[in-house]
Amino acid sequence: MSKNGPIALLFNAFVIAFMMAPLVIVCVVAFTPENTLTIPTTQFSLRWFRAVFAHSDFVQSFRNSLWLAFLSATLATVLAVPAGLAIARHSFPGRDFLNGLFLSPLIIPHLVLGVALLRTFSLIGATGSFFWLALAHVVIITPYALRLVLASVAGSDRSAEQAALSLGASQATVFRRITLPMILPGVTGGWLLAFINSFDEVTMSIFVTAPSTVTLPVRMYMYATESIDPLMAAVSALMVALTAVAMLVLDRVYGLDKILVGHR
Amino acid sequence: MSFLTLANVSKSYGATHAVIDMNLSVEKGEFVSLLGPSGCGKTTTLQMIAGFSDVTAGRITLDGRDITHAKPNSRGLGIVFQSYALFPHMSVEGNVSFGLEMRRMPNAERAERVKAALALVHLEAHAARYPRELSGGQRQRVALARALVIEPPVLLLDEPLSNLDAKLREEMQFELRQIQRKVGTTTVMVTHDQTEAMSISDRVVVMEAGRVTQIDQPHRLYEHPQTRFISSFVGKANLLEGRVTANGAWATVDLGAVPLEVEAPGLVAGDAVVLSLRPEKIRLVPAGRGRLDGTVRQRFFLGSQWLYQVATAAGELVVVCSNDGAAPAEEGTHIGLDWTAQQVRLLPGARHLAQETAPAQETQA
Amino acid sequence: MNAAVPMPATHRPGTARAPWLLSAPAFLLFICLLLVPLVLTAVLSFQVFDHASGVKNSFTLSHYAAVLTDDYYHRIFWRTFWISALTTFICVLVGAPEAYVLSRMRSPWRSILLLVVLAPLLVSVVVRAFGWSMLLGPEGLVNQAIRAMGLPTMRILYTEAAVIIALVHVMLPFMVIPVWTSLQKLDPGVENAALSLGASPFTTLRRIIFPQVLPGVLSGSLIVFGLSASAFAIPGLLGGRRLKMVATVVYDEYLHELNWPLGAAIALTLLLANLVLMLSYNRVLERSYKKSMG
Repeated sequence: MSKNGPIALLFNAFVIAFMMAPLVIVCVVAFTPENTLTIPTTQFSLRWFRAVFAHSDFVQSFRNSLWLAFLSATLATVLAVPAGLAIARHSFPGRDFLNGLFLSPLIIPHLVLGVALLRTFSLIGATGSFFWLALAHVVIITPYALRLVLASVAGSDRSAEQAALSLGASQATVFRRITLPMILPGVTGGWLLAFINSFDEVTMSIFVTAPSTVTLPVRMYMYATESIDPLMAAVSALMVALTAVAMLVLDRVYGLDKILVGHR
Repeated sequence: MSFLTLANVSKSYGATHAVIDMNLSVEKGEFVSLLGPSGCGKTTTLQMIAGFSDVTAGRITLDGRDITHAKPNSRGLGIVFQSYALFPHMSVEGNVSFGLEMRRMPNAERAERVKAALALVHLEAHAARYPRELSGGQRQRVALARALVIEPPVLLLDEPLSNLDAKLREEMQFELRQIQRKVGTTTVMVTHDQTEAMSISDRVVVMEAGRVTQIDQPHRLYEHPQTRFISSFVGKANLLEGRVTANGAWATVDLGAVPLEVEAPGLVAGDAVVLSLRPEKIRLVPAGRGRLDGTVRQRFFLGSQWLYQVATAAGELVVVCSNDGAAPAEEGTHIGLDWTAQQVRLLPGARHLAQETAPAQETQA
Repeated sequence: MNAAVPMPATHRPGTARAPWLLSAPAFLLFICLLLVPLVLTAVLSFQVFDHASGVKNSFTLSHYAAVLTDDYYHRIFWRTFWISALTTFICVLVGAPEAYVLSRMRSPWRSILLLVVLAPLLVSVVVRAFGWSMLLGPEGLVNQAIRAMGLPTMRILYTEAAVIIALVHVMLPFMVIPVWTSLQKLDPGVENAALSLGASPFTTLRRIIFPQVLPGVLSGSLIVFGLSASAFAIPGLLGGRRLKMVATVVYDEYLHELNWPLGAAIALTLLLANLVLMLSYNRVLERSYKKSMG
């Protein structure tokens, strides 16, 4: 492996700094004791974090997002596991179509999805429904769960299942005791990745949102367009912290590098 | 009385015929190998016996019971897969006891049997380890223990030694045979390695392009191959083509420059035949004192043997001599080749050129 | 996005019932909440809108006509296009070399820094956009640095520049990933072979490595352009009320003007443009793959 020269390393440092800048600034400003967006130098204060927890709208939105993400990630995973097994294990007419369909939300702009679902929801009277919003999220995050399940299934040893069959296990037992444990990292990783993406989602949610189902990113967006103060910074810092925790768990369960870049 | 019988078993995928009209009777306690190059149908046959592949035609009978269409989880066979197929999330003990769990064996008895199985393959100390912590040879033993612990009527081995390195492979070959003798399980092994097949089997089934070409004991297979393919696939052979000039109990075959005698009644003068002479049956003697003279073109040292490529009037012959400490012949030397007359074999399938009426017929065993 | 899945190693061709049964729940959901809504939106885009009484049941092409002929929408689409193109261009200039530099590092730096570059993907775009609005505002860090250098305060926030900077930040990982993947597939011996035959490091880069990485660059460009063109939160927070891009215009039509059919028409035009771009790019991609892989 040839080494990088000093210019290359300097360039790399700039890129790293560029990528970290907005996240760092948000976390730092969140600790300011001032009323405006300033960088705390001498004093650090938790007042804005306290303000967040006292702000009922934000707390409610945070709860909404958490439950929504939990529900939709679970649903998405429950749908993705059988679909992933079907696509990765069998060759059948329509396989490529199904695979493309389930991965399509990755390339359809969330804007278009938001517009389309808003129309659909208004027609069936589902606006304001937490459940329907969760289903909308499921559509968007299923590709993330499915990709990891597919990778896990493709990498699993089919002959281990045959061995279990030969030893007398029924199909159900084989799935429960052999297949599922073998693909569990992919399933769990898929759930986590789906959770994170549901929690973060803003563009589609903004169209489909109703006062009772406002999610945290939507609430933050609406707040940010009206007033800019350190409260926003504190909420953002909390979100970054939450993402960091999720990333740690994801790394432990599946391997962060494998998720972001894919298997070598 | 045949224990495992395949009667006219065939397997086709649309227009492709993987296995054609296979007939095989395996006796109880016998160790039989299916030998052949890749694509010959041996693995497909094993999969049909195991139940992972549907049988297109024919019947498979086990101990009197027709299992042709039985589900794989009801056949009760012990299978060692080529990749071992161990359950990665279970310990060695967990892997081996799985089959017994499926048979609802009570815990105490199960633990006993697992211990015994692991002792059989010398892995008692590793019961709590996981497959990823084991070497290739150890994983193979776990797979074997897992298959044997359920005391199956038949043990199926799919290229069990192909993933091991050469030294380990040799050791495992003998150990496999020892274990099989000890436990007495009827065994069918699939392999493309002829030394493996011959060293540990009671009988070898040679397959080519979906068909069985010869079933014989290893020794007979080697000394009396029935087709040209088998004679060069199983061991090395010098193949010499020629025309019969004189017939009788001993025929004389003209190889173009040199006549050879072969013990083969029933030939007619004018027949085109192929003769086979094994390299280790040829001795090097001083020039002029043997049946054929030649020049050593190249020689190779193989450790326990010397291999010579000798240019003769009958073509290039390969000669193998054991390394008994004597000085080997140098390249370029004129040398004589000698052999016992009975060692020259005739490969079946002589073409009766003198008649020139019927097309050549290949006899398949 | 290339959605091809490799053929399963041991598969049973023919019996289609089991896999369709397994995929049925997901398929049902996608029909109801993806295909049907898209169709409904397409229908909506052809419906008449009256400011007084809302959406009517009659057919009209006026919305599409407006999108295609009205100067206002031309400007929006053009702005969206050149912002996306510029973002893509910058991402190529920065992202591809960055992936290359990272691939040449030793571990553990390699994985750590790769994660640092890619981890922001998991943080909500609202947080990132807000962070940039703080950095690029008149009192933000960037302007503070500019003033420290003696220059007057620059207006960055609420201009195209701010949008582009934030877009590059969000899209860079999408460029790094495919280029990184391409680099991983390179046979490391090839670079050494070129050097041993007398090529300079620069020539090796230009003539050996870059052509093989090109498919990754193209694939990344496609993703970046598509995502940038449909970006909402970033132009919303960093572009201000006057700097509209396609997504924010659709939002206006939907939630402020309540002219859903027009909004639908704009959104579908964007989707169509995206698809056309992808298909034509895919063909270029295929050709370049064939060239580099032989």
